[in-house]
Amino acid sequence: MSTFFTVLILLFIVVAIWQIVKIYDLTQVNTSTDNSQIANDKDNKINGNLMLGFLIFIYAITIICFIRYGDFPLMSNSASAHGPKIDNLMVVSMALIFFVQTITQFFLYYFAYKYKGQKGNKAFFYSDNHKLEFIWTIIPAITLTCLITYGLVTWSDIMNLDQDEDPMVIELYAQQFNWKARYSGNDNALGKSNVRLIDIDRANILGVDEFDPNAQDDIITTELHLPVGRPILFKMRSQDVLHSAYMPHFRAQMNCVPGMITQFSFTPTVTTDEMRKTPEIIEKVININNIRAEKSKDLIAKGEEGLDPYEFDYLLLCNKICGKSHYNMQMKIIVETQEEFDNWIEQQTKFKNSLIAKN
Amino acid sequence: MSEYIEFDPKEDHGHHHKETFITKYIFSQDHKMIAKQYLITGVLFMGVIGILMSLLMRLQIAWPEEPNIIFEFLLGKWAPEGVMDADIYLALVTMHGTIMVFFVLTAGLSGTFSNLLIPLQIGARDMASGFLNMVSFWLFFVSTVIMVISIFVEAGPAAAGWTIYPPLSALEFAQGGSGLGMTLWLVSMAIFIASSLLGSLNYIVTVINLRTKGMTLMRMPLTIWAFFVTAIIGVISFPVLLSAALLLIMDRSFGTSFFLSDIFIQGEVLHYQGGSPVLFEHLFWFLGHPEVYIVLLPALGIASEVISTNSRKPIFGYKAMVLSILAIAFLSTIVWGHHMFISGMNPFLGSVFTFTTLLIAIPSAVKAFNYITTLWKGNIQFNPAMLFSIGFVSTFITGGLTGIILGDSALDINLHDTYFVVAHFHLVMGISALYGLFAGVYHWFPRLFNRMLNKNLGYIHFWVTAICAYGVFFPMHFIGMAGLPRRYYTNSNFPLFDDLADTNQIITVFAIIGGLIQIVFLYNFIHSMFYGKKSEQNPWKSNTLEWTASMEHIHGNWQGKIPEVHRWPYDYSKPGYDEDFVPQHKPLKKGETEY
Repeated sequence: MSTFFTVLILLFIVVAIWQIVKIYDLTQVNTSTDNSQIANDKDNKINGNLMLGFLIFIYAITIICFIRYGDFPLMSNSASAHGPKIDNLMVVSMALIFFVQTITQFFLYYFAYKYKGQKGNKAFFYSDNHKLEFIWTIIPAITLTCLITYGLVTWSDIMNLDQDEDPMVIELYAQQFNWKARYSGNDNALGKSNVRLIDIDRANILGVDEFDPNAQDDIITTELHLPVGRPILFKMRSQDVLHSAYMPHFRAQMNCVPGMITQFSFTPTVTTDEMRKTPEIIEKVININNIRAEKSKDLIAKGEEGLDPYEFDYLLLCNKICGKSHYNMQMKIIVETQEEFDNWIEQQTKFKNSLIAKN
Repeated sequence: MSEYIEFDPKEDHGHHHKETFITKYIFSQDHKMIAKQYLITGVLFMGVIGILMSLLMRLQIAWPEEPNIIFEFLLGKWAPEGVMDADIYLALVTMHGTIMVFFVLTAGLSGTFSNLLIPLQIGARDMASGFLNMVSFWLFFVSTVIMVISIFVEAGPAAAGWTIYPPLSALEFAQGGSGLGMTLWLVSMAIFIASSLLGSLNYIVTVINLRTKGMTLMRMPLTIWAFFVTAIIGVISFPVLLSAALLLIMDRSFGTSFFLSDIFIQGEVLHYQGGSPVLFEHLFWFLGHPEVYIVLLPALGIASEVISTNSRKPIFGYKAMVLSILAIAFLSTIVWGHHMFISGMNPFLGSVFTFTTLLIAIPSAVKAFNYITTLWKGNIQFNPAMLFSIGFVSTFITGGLTGIILGDSALDINLHDTYFVVAHFHLVMGISALYGLFAGVYHWFPRLFNRMLNKNLGYIHFWVTAICAYGVFFPMHFIGMAGLPRRYYTNSNFPLFDDLADTNQIITVFAIIGGLIQIVFLYNFIHSMFYGKKSEQNPWKSNTLEWTASMEHIHGNWQGKIPEVHRWPYDYSKPGYDEDFVPQHKPLKKGETEY
């Protein structure tokens, strides 16, 4: 019943808007002597002034957004070696487009305001100026050349893997709707794998070749632990549809494609513990916990359970539409010291020991 | 060509067959009627559906946990107890994208204005083939019907995103929408592409062959240049999407492995071997990126025409404008890879695409600066169409600039598929193209229906829409920079994003106001169509030929001879003339130079 009434109300709102517009429309006919529906001096004046008002609105919304959202912790403190390079490029690009935006919008709306039409005025016939056009072709061209060069240097820096660094190889394995990590063990080589080898009954969920010597010491986990300061080479695989391994704090992302192995590498530089102690994160966590406490109050009042308080953790998110539970496909990432990492990995089961014997 | 001009519709055309209701309003071959059909099916009908879907999505994002009675009513079993199903959220994302990009902004925009303006502005009696034109519309109509039907199928419509990347779209078990819904989507799109190709070929042939005497290429209005180049890009790129769709149909129905390999799903290994989803991404974006310009170029053309007319000034740098349209069109076909920087393709290829992508900023910047210079020292008449055109330039700049960030492969690593992307493309192609569309409707409504739209309602429509457009999409950049992925049904599983919830609510409020204010436009449109003030022959004092055509809608456009063209279309406020406009068919005075 309440559905019916809500819909009725919505319908009334639509009809009401329609009717208000109609009434407004009808009143116009009687009052105005000029009914040509072509802009006259009065319209030009009002809209010309509104143009200036709109310019101020754009500036205001820009300033508000920058003050309110400009210092998202995610923007300022990256946790990987290449992160600051991306952030610098971002800041340079943002500064540039902010500058161009401010200037061009100013001229656009200011000219619209300044040259609003008036009866009897005649526009200035000005159809071409090659010098001017040359200037505003060449200036963007030079600016973009610099930006492209800067961008490409950064890009190849990030994507080109230096094998001399001896990266630790970890496989990220995606399936609807969860992540697994496979560590390559002491030999730092992943065992061969293919989805055709998946044998759920024997708990070989990633399809690892059990006869491959490299596979024996592989370790499969549901949490991603990374030693700080060590280059990591991620090999990504997916068993069903496209997924994307997005690790925003590390400025890292790569799609996981069924049928092929993709890769991305980075060096984590800040441990989870250190990150939790940075002032930005402390502030963010307090802020989020206030919001959650507020929500919990409402929930408890309704007789439901309250929300758990939030503690900061690095996350791996799925960032390519992958089906129904795409919105909840995540894995916790923990960056820790080498020592802590060694202790943790020691406790995990090796692949050869994780298989269930055939009956 | 001169023979064609002598052609007299009174003797030859007007009376030789009697028009019935069916030939005049339904299976019409007259380009003006077909334009109206596109406008009503593509823009009004599909536009309302597309915008409604976006409002449902925004409601879900802003208040994800609370049961919503609107959902319960509109979505029925897909929103039990008023809580939206996660699959249906993705279906809404998909259908909103598909409908807005293809049906409203491709077919609706090009279909309406290319059809209306190409013959009228180049001085032709109709399209090169009126019959093909009619077939093109009716194919479009069939594809619209199929797409709308697909919304109502049992398991839900296609839900793999408008990019329908396989394997998600290819495997029935992967997702509810990948069954019958996806089949209908693919069939509808295949028909749509056929319609689009017939339309585009017709536009190209008409522009090349049927220009009136004196209408040289460099005397064509920028609208025609834009429609012409748009049609060429369409003919180059749409067939590739058709091939992708056909191969996907093969993979889905006949077990081939073009896009699929090594898949384990629902407890079993599928037989697919050797295909690659990345291949599909290449094929899709080979259309998908030019598609952005198929949507944008007509809007650029319309804005050029409207800004020049209403500034009472020639468009600044006509030749540069034409060249930049051509440059944008050329570059648009070699930048598709910037959608795939992190798809797993070779990083070196990424570098090439970064380079070509950022080059597009140059012709785009030239266009923006030329628009601004056109306003300088003008005598600007703020008709509603002019407001939308200025709004267009504004969102084109704002949205275009963030393209410099996303086109940079290194920055794309962190921003790919976040709300930053959503904000970027909605401003630069969504809102901009919609503004171009509205500008076109306000400007050529008198030509379509011989009546004027109410200007005051137009002003309200523009100002509220403009504020809401910035209110929705400007903050969205920032939640994207905070790392919020798009296409999430709810963010409540990530406490990390809890501090963005209030921003999402503000955005939704702006979206709802912006959506509802379109009712004003709908009212204005429908009311003025029947009761609007009768228009004059040339209400905006414009130079182009469409305003010399017969007011009465006759099949053949001009009673008597088609006017001959003697000058370019932008002689506004030319020194030596009393009036501030000199129509294209006025001969040059002795000693007068063109441009």
